[in-house]
Amino acid sequence: MPEPMLSLAGVNTHIAQYHILHGVDFEVPRGSLTMLLGRNGAGKTTCLRTIMGLWRASAGSIRIDGRDTTRSPTPEVAQLGVAYVPENMGIFAGLTVEENLRLAARAGEPEAKRLEWIYGLFPAMKTFWRSLAGNLSGGQKQMLAIARAIVEPRKLLLVDEPTKGLAPSIIANMVEAFRELKRTDTTILVVEQNFHFARSLGDAVAVMDSGRIVHAGRMDALAADAVLQTKLLGLSLDSHQ
Amino acid sequence: MKQDWIPLALVPVIALAALPLVGSVPTWVTLTVAGLAMGMMIFMMASGLTLVFGLMDVMNFAHGIFISVGAYGAATVLTRMRPQMEAGSLAADLSAMIPAVLVAIVLAGLLGWFFERVLIRPVYGDHLKQILITMGGLIVFEQLIHVVWGADMIPLPRPSAITGSFILGEAAIERYRVLAVIVGLAVFAAMWLLLNRTRIGLLVRAGVENPEMVESLGYRIKRLFVGVFVAGSGLAGLGGAMWAMYQEQVTAQMGGQVLVMIFIVVIIGGLGSVGGCFVGALLVGLMANYTGYLAPKLALGSNILLMVLVLLWRPRGLYPIGKA
Repeated sequence: MPEPMLSLAGVNTHIAQYHILHGVDFEVPRGSLTMLLGRNGAGKTTCLRTIMGLWRASAGSIRIDGRDTTRSPTPEVAQLGVAYVPENMGIFAGLTVEENLRLAARAGEPEAKRLEWIYGLFPAMKTFWRSLAGNLSGGQKQMLAIARAIVEPRKLLLVDEPTKGLAPSIIANMVEAFRELKRTDTTILVVEQNFHFARSLGDAVAVMDSGRIVHAGRMDALAADAVLQTKLLGLSLDSHQ
Repeated sequence: MKQDWIPLALVPVIALAALPLVGSVPTWVTLTVAGLAMGMMIFMMASGLTLVFGLMDVMNFAHGIFISVGAYGAATVLTRMRPQMEAGSLAADLSAMIPAVLVAIVLAGLLGWFFERVLIRPVYGDHLKQILITMGGLIVFEQLIHVVWGADMIPLPRPSAITGSFILGEAAIERYRVLAVIVGLAVFAAMWLLLNRTRIGLLVRAGVENPEMVESLGYRIKRLFVGVFVAGSGLAGLGGAMWAMYQEQVTAQMGGQVLVMIFIVVIIGGLGSVGGCFVGALLVGLMANYTGYLAPKLALGSNILLMVLVLLWRPRGLYPIGKA
C-alpha cells in the first residue's frame, strides 16, 4: 500500500493556554479528496493551520509526502508543494487578480497553458484579470483563492470551507472545479460543513469533535448511513434533501 | 485598475485655497515651494516607518535615531570637506554631498539592521514591549551620539552651489528647497517603481496586507522584514542628512523632534501605504508653512487638526491598506 500523502499521528496543538487538538490521528491517501467534517469549534481549522506550520504542534508528528514536517516553518511546508486556502480566503485585496496569481507562481510567471486551464475552471479570472482583488464578489474571491493555490501543480491542497457564504450557483461551480482538480491526481484535504458538497466530492472522510478524530472512513459509507451521520454530525442527509 | 485621485487632488486644492488667504502671489509661491520641500523631506524620513508599520506591525519609536545618525554621518563628511565646498563649483559640491548622503544612508541602515536583530526581533507581536524597547533604544543611542560626536550642536556648512535663491518674478525660491523637491520626487519614483514593477515590491505589498499568507505561499517573510527595516532606516538616514542641511545644524535630538510629525504623516497616509505617506507628507508640509505664515500661534496644532479632519473623512487614512 502506498504511503499516504499526509499523515498525522497523535498531534496536539495549544494556542496560548488553550488545548485545541488532543492527539489527532488521520491519513490522507495519495490522489484522494478527503473531507474533514465537524461542528463549529471542533478543531478543523486548527488542524489545517497546524499541518501548514502556522501553529506549532506541541506533540505528535506530521508527515507530508514521507517527510516529517512537524517542526517545519510554513514556507518550508509550502515549498514541499503544499497549497493552503484559508477560511478567510487570504487574497491580497490591494493587488490585482494577475498579481495575486503571479505571486503564487514561484517559478516567476504562471505558465500560459496552466492559466488557460484555470480560465476554463474560473472564467471570472480572465474577465477580472486586471481588477483589484478587493473589488471582486465573495464567490469570485473564493475562485481567486483556489486559482492561486493551483496556479502551479501542487502535491497537496488544503482548503478551509470553500463554500462558506456562497450562493448555490457558485457552489455548483466549485463542485465542478474540484472534480476537474481530482482528475489531475492532486491530493486534496477540504474542511467543510456543507455535507451535500462534501458527499458529492469526497472519496474519504474524517470527522472531528472536541479536537479529536471521532470517525474516519469512506465517504460513500458515511453518506449511506443516516444513523452514523446523525451521531457524528447531528444531521441526517435525508432531512436535508 | 481604478486609481483613487481624490487624496492627491487635495494637495493642489489646499495650495490654491491658501492663495487668497496669503494675498500676495510671490509670498504664496515661496510658501508653497517651502511646504513642498518640507513635505518631501518628511516623506523621505517617514516612508520607511510606514512600511515597517505595515509589513512588520512594529511600532518603532526609535525611528528618530536613524534620522539623527544619518544627519551626524553627513555632517562628519561635510565638515571634513568644507574647504572643497567653498570652491563654489557644482562639481566640487557634489563630490562632497554624494559621499555625505551615502555615509548617512549606510550608517542609518547598519543601525537599523542592529535594531532589528537585537532589539525588535525578540518583541515581534507585542506592541507594548515594542514601544518600551524602542523608546529605550532611542534614549540610549541619543546618549551614544553625545559620546561619539560630543554633546554640542554641530553647525553644518551648506554647499555653496545650493545656497541662496532663484528669483522668479518677485518670488524668491531657495535653491536648497528646489533640490529637496527633486530628491524627494526621485525617491518617491524609485520606491514606486520598486514596489510596483519588481517581484520584491510585489512581495512587500502583499506582506503589508497579509504576512501569514505570503509565508503560506512559500516565501520567508522574516528575510523581507530585515530588508525592509534596513532600507527604511537608510531612507530615514537620507532624510536626516537632507533635514540637517536644511536646518544647517545637527543635534542628537533632531530625529526625536520630528518624530511626532512623522507619525502624523504615517497615520494620515494609511499605515503601510507609501503613496499615502507621500501625499500626507506634502499636506503636512504645506499646512505647516501656510499656517506658520497666516496664524503662527496655530502652526503647532495645524497638523493635528489636519490629522483629525483626514481621519474623520477616511478613518484608516488616505490610502488604507487592506490588512487581513
